[in-house]
Amino acid sequence: MLADAWLVAAKDLKVEWRARIIINQVAPFTLLIVVLFGLALDADPETLRNTAPGLFWVAVLLITLLAVQRGAAIETSDGAQERILLSDLDPAAVFLGKALALLVQLLALEVLLGVAIVVLFDVSVGDPLLMVVSALAASVGIAAAGTIYGVLAVGLGVRETLLPILLLPVLAPVLISATRTFGDAFDRVDADGWAWLGMLAMFGVIYMVSGLLAYGVLLEET
Amino acid sequence: MNPANHPAIQLVDAVSLLGRFPALAGLSLTVQPGEVVLIQGPNGAGKTTALRLCAGLLRLESGHGLVLGHNLANDRRSVRRRVGLLGHATGLYEDLTVAENVEFWAKASHADVKTVPSALSHLGLPARLHDLQVRRLSAGQRRRTALATLLVRRPELWLLDEPHAALDQEGRDIVDQLVADAADAGATVLLASHELERVAGISRRVVTIAGGRLVGDTGADTAKPTGQRDQDQARNAR
Repeated sequence: MLADAWLVAAKDLKVEWRARIIINQVAPFTLLIVVLFGLALDADPETLRNTAPGLFWVAVLLITLLAVQRGAAIETSDGAQERILLSDLDPAAVFLGKALALLVQLLALEVLLGVAIVVLFDVSVGDPLLMVVSALAASVGIAAAGTIYGVLAVGLGVRETLLPILLLPVLAPVLISATRTFGDAFDRVDADGWAWLGMLAMFGVIYMVSGLLAYGVLLEET
Repeated sequence: MNPANHPAIQLVDAVSLLGRFPALAGLSLTVQPGEVVLIQGPNGAGKTTALRLCAGLLRLESGHGLVLGHNLANDRRSVRRRVGLLGHATGLYEDLTVAENVEFWAKASHADVKTVPSALSHLGLPARLHDLQVRRLSAGQRRRTALATLLVRRPELWLLDEPHAALDQEGRDIVDQLVADAADAGATVLLASHELERVAGISRRVVTIAGGRLVGDTGADTAKPTGQRDQDQARNAR
């Protein structure tokens, strides 16, 4: 199964590298979000620093929507998703591969977003380890949920408009937990970031297991 | 389950819905292993739906269906792993090259990737095209690439929906040869086409469907699997 998952992940990443959609369109959008938040809250730099954790993860959710839509479009543009059904690939392996590819893209964008926020908002990172580990845990959950809802929205045929309504509420627990861990890592909130990290890990496991179990059924119905 | 003991396709009063519309409204059709069968009928007759049902992509709402010995009611996944479907869409990734696409689908079918160059060559795709992204190909070249993805898989049942569409004369000849080779190798071929004269050269049995039902079946009694036909001819020659 892992070999099949890697096959799918490598294919998605190669397609993305060739198309340059993430690099040429989503990455600039990521920077634009940070700049717009900065312009909107510029009157009070301290407010910017206090809200930086929440702004970071709201921005991550927005770019997740674009990345998920892009991932779904790759499979539906010329019937490739149907060919996957006709292949020998285990649906769980397909899920794992697509989630892994989405995770890699999200982590790359989060690095860009993190650097932009630290530089532009003048945020100091008190606990880099907590920040990195929580970003990884949150991204696993986001990638898993995004992959599930990406294929679900394709089946409903209205992914551009319905995907945010379906996906964002599901990711709200991740947003809350990740904002707390980043708040602690940035020394901005009085919260036990490592305890919230446990919540993030739990959501990550739940979404991953749900995807491994449900992806085949969802693929059948699309 | 040994497919040799069963018809390749056996549909009895098969009903399949597209939304609420019964695209197949009681289709009964039996195809023996090694047969090459043409499905014809007017637009909307249910040809594509029949092929997709036989591929295990659509749910059998009522009736009975066996494909390669697997029940369409509860074992569509086993069916899908043994058939090759060329539909209206090619299933190719536009940003990957021709060779990368065929290699991906070969690996996804756990087929031998070493056969990829020969499959591409067989489909008349020269080496200079192998490293070209699919988005830069013509419609006919895409169609040939899609057929190459099926060829490396070597399915037991070929389901071809308008296989000659978008192809030039050379491409059409290649498709005809591909169908003949598949049948000679013992595979079953079910193809939908409007090009009756052309397909008549490779299929001795023509079934006609309209309104999702079988309304005609010519050559069923005389048509034999190609391999069996060859054996008969050899016997007669002796």
